[in-house]
Amino acid sequence: MADLKTNFLGIESPNPFWLASAPPTDKEYNVRRAFEAGWGGVVWKTLGAEGPPIVNVNGPRYGAIHGADRRLLGLNNIELITDRPLEINLEEIARVKADYPDRAVIVSIMVPCEEAAWKAILPRVAETGADGIELNFGCPHGMSERGMGSAVGQVPEYIEMVTRWCKTHYDKPVIVKLTPNITDIRHPARAAKNGGADAVSLINTISSITSVNLDNFSPEPSIDGKGSHGGYCGPAVKPIAMNMVAEIARDPETRGLPISGIGGVTTWRDAAEFMALGCGTVQVCTAAMTYGFRVVQEMASGLSQWMDEKGYTSVDAFIGRAVPNVTDWQYLNLNYVAKARIDQEACIKCGRCYAACEDTSHQAIWMKEGRVFEVNDAECVACNLCVDVCPVEACITMERLQPGTTDPRTGRVVQEEYASWTTHPNNPMARAAE
Amino acid sequence: MAQGQMAPGIVAGRLSSDELAANFDDLHPAYAPHEAAVAADRCYFCYDAPCQAACPTDIDIPMFIRQIQTGHPEAAARTIFEQNILGGMCARVCPTETLCEEACVREAAEGKPVEIGRLQRYATDTLMRGGVHPFTRAAPTGKTVAVVGAGPAGLSCAHRLAMLGHDVVIHEAREKAGGLNEFGIAAYKATQNFAAAEVDWLLQIGGIVIETSSALGRTITLEGLRDAYDAVFLSIGLAGVNALRAAGEDKDGVIDAVEFIAALRQADDLSALPVGRNVVVIGGGMTAIDAAVQSKLLGAENVTVAYRRSREEMGASRFEQDLAASKGVKLMFNVQPVAVHGNGSAVEIELEYTSSAGGTLKGTGETIRLAADQVFKAIGQSLAGAPEGLALEGRKIRVEGPGRTSVPGVWAGGDCASGGDDLTVTAVAEGRDAAMDIHAQLSA
Repeated sequence: MADLKTNFLGIESPNPFWLASAPPTDKEYNVRRAFEAGWGGVVWKTLGAEGPPIVNVNGPRYGAIHGADRRLLGLNNIELITDRPLEINLEEIARVKADYPDRAVIVSIMVPCEEAAWKAILPRVAETGADGIELNFGCPHGMSERGMGSAVGQVPEYIEMVTRWCKTHYDKPVIVKLTPNITDIRHPARAAKNGGADAVSLINTISSITSVNLDNFSPEPSIDGKGSHGGYCGPAVKPIAMNMVAEIARDPETRGLPISGIGGVTTWRDAAEFMALGCGTVQVCTAAMTYGFRVVQEMASGLSQWMDEKGYTSVDAFIGRAVPNVTDWQYLNLNYVAKARIDQEACIKCGRCYAACEDTSHQAIWMKEGRVFEVNDAECVACNLCVDVCPVEACITMERLQPGTTDPRTGRVVQEEYASWTTHPNNPMARAAE
Repeated sequence: MAQGQMAPGIVAGRLSSDELAANFDDLHPAYAPHEAAVAADRCYFCYDAPCQAACPTDIDIPMFIRQIQTGHPEAAARTIFEQNILGGMCARVCPTETLCEEACVREAAEGKPVEIGRLQRYATDTLMRGGVHPFTRAAPTGKTVAVVGAGPAGLSCAHRLAMLGHDVVIHEAREKAGGLNEFGIAAYKATQNFAAAEVDWLLQIGGIVIETSSALGRTITLEGLRDAYDAVFLSIGLAGVNALRAAGEDKDGVIDAVEFIAALRQADDLSALPVGRNVVVIGGGMTAIDAAVQSKLLGAENVTVAYRRSREEMGASRFEQDLAASKGVKLMFNVQPVAVHGNGSAVEIELEYTSSAGGTLKGTGETIRLAADQVFKAIGQSLAGAPEGLALEGRKIRVEGPGRTSVPGVWAGGDCASGGDDLTVTAVAEGRDAAMDIHAQLSA
């Protein structure tokens, strides 16, 4: 089995699976259980400044989106940073780190946007022996109303400033956790880098209302008939997170900046995908909160097995391998012509491909006698919707038309060479460039 | 003398009341809401769904399951009842394994169909439990229709006609409405007096009067009905029972399975119902299985179903066969009765092995004797008491299109009419379709 040993910013962990700063890492008790279950590291639940701790609501903190069979697809929370005294957290962090020297222990911090506040807490965190810190610039609810969390993360200048303070007053790695609640993730990432961040981690949660109670018209989770937007996470946010990770990974200004990927990692496959997009580690919360800490064992064994199958002997062998393949739409090869193919042996004749194509797309699937579904190449634009709605995996596939064959839809011979929108005759910019 | 299951002859009280109560409990218990949610989530909402095509009443199954999924089982029930007003009973008795569930694409995919029958029951039970009737009558048309027979076809026809504003009188030969739902199916498929409760619920539509103990040829005639009403719908079922044509058929202990089942269904106290120690059921349809299983559940020691053809040719589905086997019923194939032996009362039955080589069924000459103090004949029912003047097809009333007989103004449906599968659900469809045709003619 391939070794999953990970070195991120010089911080070693036996595998790249870290628990994200969240309820599962709020206490020594939980973190010890996590390490016993096999987690490679934890980012301790965010610490606030010295003084009376924040308080949480005393009603529900979470809301959820369910898929079929109540599979939890998305989770939303209105919990704040740790509501336990700073001193207790620091003592616990020190004890745990001492007992688990081979695991990564990162401390998440969120204090007011003043240098004095950071200067006060950083030495105390350093004393715990923790491996690094993560700056919580992402939390979109509650703390942001007090000028912290995403209120900082939405202003690149603040990110840069606070990061610089931390690099000044703390000598171990500084990871900046980014909020997705902005229009272009590259700007906060660049700011973090400019401030001297060793890495960025993303995404924090997405501002959200998961549901509305249709009896009393309160958003959920409901606190005495009122609701507040929470932070959305879980499998549903993975595509958003991966896009943001990729944008940072391929941005010339931040390329090479280490990334810890967060957002819906539930299986080894999710982790491998984030890592292929450039993440040195991944952070997990919702999967652990849904299934318990034991899920990490499948993540580790699955990733290791896949690496064996691919011949990768270390995680570094595939980290970032997908980054060069993330490009702009304008560079996609327009001479790549595909058609849907339905495997009649695998087809269970549900007809969902037909309904989808006939009602909402290109009328490219025939429904023939005996519920036989076939693709009409003369109409198929290879949109992939039939593949996506088919309940049987690999029953419908997209097959490339070989160069030299004629596409029955366009009547044109498929060309071998690459040709994109940049050179397409319909592109006015292309003509202007000539 | 031996007691309980070992007691010789045909006696009552072979099992305790507790054992009987457990034995005759619901075959498929109703889903709890969580079970329904899990089951509903498996539906793929197929296009032009095969399950719907396989349903004789054409229920929009994907739609009603989606309504369950989204938390509206009552709306799901309405979707069902729009097509099949006896959807509650059909959810219990339909051989779904050869209809909707056989066609379910998840049967093809995984060998495990969506449990459509139980979901249908969940929806219909939910609505009916509230005592709600989901339909209201149209304005009165002033037309009157006579329905003969208060079984599934008659009830379905009557409800649809009443809903459309016509006044309906159902003439029922027995003392109670319901037909085979009330008298003919296994008790564990319709527990807690469901058949009677369903009739009461159905009648809430209004405009339907049931006259019991009113039989064609006895108290009423087709001519009289044609004179008195604007239209007549015949749903008289199959009142005759086919003969065994074996020596000794007249001995004590040899009775019709339908008679036994009817007595069982109407019994207030199952421990007072006599059953043999050694029971042999002749036949291979649902009635044979229902009689055999219920004999076993009543406490018969040995129960055998003797069917003259092969397992594959058996009318009862594989599910029903396996159900019988699981209850301890022995299934014998390719045997036919040649004689019932005994001095006055049946003691043994003699069966001859058969072969169907070359397509025709022939006795091989080899025989076997089984102890049999009770023999149930379940070899099919036949039309009896049909009015003169109606053209027949085979041994049933000939109908064309939506149940039109050879006599103008007279429709027929259910088991007495040609075509169909002699299933409750088919009868419901035929009754409904005839009602729509009657309505069209009366409105013309």
